[in-house]
Amino acid sequence: MIPLTWFLIVAAFLFCIGLYGALARRNAIAILMGIELMLNAVNINLIAFWRYITPEVLTGQVFAIFVITVAAAEAAIGLALIISIFRNRETVIVEDVDMMKW
Amino acid sequence: MTIMQLVFLVLAVVAVASAVGVVTSKNIFHSALLLIACLFTVSGFYILLEAPFLAAVQVLIYVGAIAVLIIFAVMLTERMMSKTVRAFNEQWWVALIVAICLAGVMVYVVLIANWQISDATPPTDAVAALGKTLMSTYVLPFEVASVLLLMALIGSIIIAREEKAGEQ
Repeated sequence: MIPLTWFLIVAAFLFCIGLYGALARRNAIAILMGIELMLNAVNINLIAFWRYITPEVLTGQVFAIFVITVAAAEAAIGLALIISIFRNRETVIVEDVDMMKW
Repeated sequence: MTIMQLVFLVLAVVAVASAVGVVTSKNIFHSALLLIACLFTVSGFYILLEAPFLAAVQVLIYVGAIAVLIIFAVMLTERMMSKTVRAFNEQWWVALIVAICLAGVMVYVVLIANWQISDATPPTDAVAALGKTLMSTYVLPFEVASVLLLMALIGSIIIAREEKAGEQ
């Protein structure tokens, strides 16, 4: 049997890598990829807690399904926004999209 | 060390290595391909955790839909992605420090915490039980999620649509 802590540690690493990507990249699509990595890390945690702590109730799996649903909606809207910004401003670098900044 | 643990370690190394590749690769298209590898290894984790339905959903939705969407977006915006554009902003080292500190704190907490591991086994017919749970206890969030998906569908079409001159 694989210890629960192994899953949690891998998920923690994936979350932090995704956080670094979301904070440090300049390309908006790369930022979205970092967010997807973070959501996946959260899902690993949810499934691991379901399997090891409450296997008899399926709440963890249900939550993971909702997280996947919201991630799909978020990716669709985010990429539509990126394509729209690219069409209007010819850039996907987030620092160049600063017309609301003083 | 059992076979399961060996499989887990291989998956974990591939997952973390491809995730590092996703955030550090200069070429955004390579990032997208490495993201697909990482999402596949996550579905392997689900199989190890005895959640085969979630593994199938992960492959269908993340690898099948979200990764394709991301690659489409990369293709549509590729003109700007020449090699000369810097991949990281000026605060990348602050982000690196924050991420390393957060990883340290989380690993420390995971290791010192006293997890109440249960000996129970998951239901034998887990997919049927999952469906029943979704349609009974969680039926309201289920319906709200469907409305959310519809809104995302319509919203993304309206946002990404090209407005022709004289259309309005």
